[in-house]
Amino acid sequence: MRKVYTRLERIAGSVVAVAAGDATYRELAQLDWPGGTSLAQVVRLEGGRAYLQVFAGTRGLPTDARVRFLGRPMRVAASDAVLGRVFDGAGRPRDHGPVLDEDPVDLAGPSVNPVKRIIPRHMVRTGIPMIDVFNTLVESQKLPIFSVPGEPYHELLARLALQAEVDVIVLGGLGLKHDDYLYFRDTLEAAGALARTVAFIHTAADPTVECLLVPDLALAVAERFALAGKRVLVLLSDMTNFADALKEVAITMEQIPSNRGYPGDLYSQLAARYEKAVDFDGAGSITILAVTTMPGDDVTHPVPDNTGYITEGQLYLRGGRIEPFGSLSRLKQLVNGHTRDDHRPVMNAMIQLYAAYRETLEKRSMGFRMSEWDERLLRYGLGFEARLMNLEIDLPLERALDAGWALLAECFEPAQTGLPTALIERFWPQGPA
Amino acid sequence: MPNTGRIVAVNGPLITVAFERPVVQNEVGYACIDDLRLKAELIRVRGGYADLQVFEDTTGLYVGGKVDFTGEMLAAELGPGLLGQVVDGLQNPLHDLAAAGGYFLQRGSYLQPIDRERRWPFTPVARIGDQVRAGDTLGSVPEGEFTHRVMAPFALVGAWRVRAIAEAGERRVEDVVATLEDARGRTREVSMLQRWPVKVPIRAYRERLRPHEPLVTQIRIVDTVFPVARGGTFCVPGPFGAGKTVLQQLMSRNAEVDVVIVAACGERAGEVVETLREFPELTDPRTGRSLMERTVIVCNTSSMPVAAREASVYTGVTIAEYYRQMGLDVLMIADSTSRWAQALREVSGRLEEIPGEEAFPAYLESVVASFYERGGLVRLRDGSTGSVTIGGTVSPAGGNLEEPVTQATLKVVGTFHGLSRERSDARRYPAIDPLESWSHYQGLVDAADVAFARDVLRGGADVAQMMKVVGEEGTTLEDFVRYLHAEYLDAAYLQQDAFDPVDAATGAERQVLVFGEMLAHLRTPMRFAGKDAARDFFHRLGQATKEWHRCPWGEPAFEAARANVRALVDEVRDA
Ligand SMILES: Nc1ncnc2c1ncn2[C@@H]1O[C@H](COP(=O)(O)OP(=O)(O)O)[C@@H](O)[C@H]1O
Ligand SMILES: [Mg+2]
Repeated sequence: MRKVYTRLERIAGSVVAVAAGDATYRELAQLDWPGGTSLAQVVRLEGGRAYLQVFAGTRGLPTDARVRFLGRPMRVAASDAVLGRVFDGAGRPRDHGPVLDEDPVDLAGPSVNPVKRIIPRHMVRTGIPMIDVFNTLVESQKLPIFSVPGEPYHELLARLALQAEVDVIVLGGLGLKHDDYLYFRDTLEAAGALARTVAFIHTAADPTVECLLVPDLALAVAERFALAGKRVLVLLSDMTNFADALKEVAITMEQIPSNRGYPGDLYSQLAARYEKAVDFDGAGSITILAVTTMPGDDVTHPVPDNTGYITEGQLYLRGGRIEPFGSLSRLKQLVNGHTRDDHRPVMNAMIQLYAAYRETLEKRSMGFRMSEWDERLLRYGLGFEARLMNLEIDLPLERALDAGWALLAECFEPAQTGLPTALIERFWPQGPA
Repeated sequence: MPNTGRIVAVNGPLITVAFERPVVQNEVGYACIDDLRLKAELIRVRGGYADLQVFEDTTGLYVGGKVDFTGEMLAAELGPGLLGQVVDGLQNPLHDLAAAGGYFLQRGSYLQPIDRERRWPFTPVARIGDQVRAGDTLGSVPEGEFTHRVMAPFALVGAWRVRAIAEAGERRVEDVVATLEDARGRTREVSMLQRWPVKVPIRAYRERLRPHEPLVTQIRIVDTVFPVARGGTFCVPGPFGAGKTVLQQLMSRNAEVDVVIVAACGERAGEVVETLREFPELTDPRTGRSLMERTVIVCNTSSMPVAAREASVYTGVTIAEYYRQMGLDVLMIADSTSRWAQALREVSGRLEEIPGEEAFPAYLESVVASFYERGGLVRLRDGSTGSVTIGGTVSPAGGNLEEPVTQATLKVVGTFHGLSRERSDARRYPAIDPLESWSHYQGLVDAADVAFARDVLRGGADVAQMMKVVGEEGTTLEDFVRYLHAEYLDAAYLQQDAFDPVDAATGAERQVLVFGEMLAHLRTPMRFAGKDAARDFFHRLGQATKEWHRCPWGEPAFEAARANVRALVDEVRDA
């Protein structure tokens, strides 16, 4: 039986210090006091003291709280019984169901040996042309949705969840509005997907530190299912809240900030989570889609910036549409060579022409005369936005490519598209479009 | 008696250890939890306390826990059998770890990178009585395509005499193959295996030479416009998604060198997987063997322990220097040096050192400089030459090149391939900015022609700028054609389709021919009825040139496509 401590020597922010010589690094402790109870984790050992991060925060915490070390790191139950359930950021039931403790797995386990990963090769079809044609989603991909509050990113996330063919959905809410949580729940329920979903929901009203645990909880469970051969889709929203929680904790720990108050290890912290996305050699996979709102709509802000360096591309959601510029699936070339011969060239040509259209728009807004070429581009750009960019559109990849050819033929001569002659001969729509 | 210490503090990857007997800066220690031993490096001593960075997750360490000091600096194992390997930043072979530990990298398991049982057909080269110095060849074994030199240890001081040398025959790496004796009669047994501290450059050569020959990467914008030299250094800064990694992957595949060391430092595991799964299947056209046979992957990806990122680039460059000592040309690429710099920053922060700009440590510049200094072309003691070419990507925060890591790197490299967001957004790959980038090295083509091409590009950019103000109608036909020239050169020469089997790699001869011919076309006086006609013409010319790029070198289709381009030019020639 380990000793129980009853004197906190320091309380600052969410961190407390206790003179416990026998604590081990990152072990879990249970704090109890008349007004409450919380788990805490050892984040530093120094000078005979253990520094503990208290998950529930320290509001109302007395210095004589009882501290009991548990001799193990944080764990989460990961049996099939979690399906259909909802937990909070500390892993407690949020749905009045029973507490689960079967098949516990440690949070933030070791990383996958790279030689046990395989090259991802399965396209995830979404029916959204801006994704399927231009930024193809691939199983095991980690992809953020960069956006700003007010944009329909939760609708997009829910649609991707329902249309993607996966076995298990793990939803992680970080500082989520309660209404948004209900929206997800109702949408998944209406589609009959709730029984294959497990949710870890930290809401804006919950203690900040619990927000930090959500990705680890979600990914530990996801990993367990993936090892059992399941294709798992992890949805996280909003990872900017995760980064902000890191910042808050780092500041109370008096760490030297590197950039706009964020700790120097922001990249490593985010990467440790996103790199859990994997296609196992001989087992299942984890795909991660994560909403990341950009403070001030600025992609160079440390949170989207560090995220973009880690993830395998990004989708920009702006004005209710997926932006063709900036949006990128880095894994697309692993699959788009096996879809249809014209997929890659059409994707490239259409984007380059859309870029030219944007330049023409700029010229027009400055009052310049439009050349014949500009007129073509203008017709093309409007068609592109209406027939491919519109998020309402739901088309299988092949029909979306056909729609692309039809649009090109309406607006250009074959040579103007920059497409290889051989493809033009095969795919250029004949006769009046 | 082993030297041990006791842990007094744990702070992330950093531990503070009380010790009594002498310790050595940068020596390796093992922090113990029961039977688990976690490798660490001593990085600071203050009074009776040493700070060590642990190369593993520190969960479970505790105050009072034991640390075993080894007295030896972090070292790489060097010997035959390194080529084709995939190792982590501490040179643990990942395939062997997977065989032993399954899907995950369990901390505290360390395996030897070089197989102790494998037998190599050894041929003696040195003879009894020969005088040798550090790095001199004692014998050789075949390793893949190469004659792997078995060399006198790099740590050897002064001249030694060969007292005994093994006969030709099968030898294991730890078998003694030679006995050396110095002037004072001390002897030393030498095997095929040696260890070398990774943070110390191998200097067993006669002299360093100025890099003068281009290293052909088969990427047109690089070889023709911003070349890299054998033994030179280059950097590739760019915002995320601009194409740094793809560019390095292309180089690791197509560059005309003997050995490639890929150091995947703090970036995605998935990218390494592409390399390690694909290379064994790809043939190196120069040798007909698998590409993996000339490649070593040192991999410490972003979710692997942060403290080992630094070790990974040093391990990589040490292996590169080792093969250079055999008279080979080695290309070492590191993706991304910023992650290593960030690891330095993390540790420096925990050491509570006074931070410099953006909280990077004050010694960042000197660390970066001494890393790139390990690149170079050298003349070995037997007169042959070998080279290490180093290319690092840089991931500037917010894409802003003013940040400390980019600035420190630009001061020391010979070539700057700056990737731009505008170009990558417009899918103009490789997104090397032709106006901002530079190279101090001589490339494949005449400097005057490169200057001409750059004038064309700059001129076109000027016109484009002007057109934004005065519009197309306010632009003269002559200026407009200048703009089209630049667009043509960009689209049909600088841009290259990494996913087209032919276009992805352009050999030196082909570059010289195509570039020469395209410049000739650009110098041809042309007449157009108007701007629309001119634009239409250059669209078609660009199209025809791109088709030419897709025709295999030396096949009839190549000449046909070339003639097509010429015929188009003849249509508008102003005779
Ligand atoms: N040379 C190229 N040709 C075609 N596509 C490219 C090229 N370079 C980059 N890309 C595209 O851009 C994506 C991002 O490139 P990557 O090298 O991963 O960026 P970075 O390492 O700079 O973040 C790739 O996945 C690919 O889709
Ligand atoms: Mg990269």
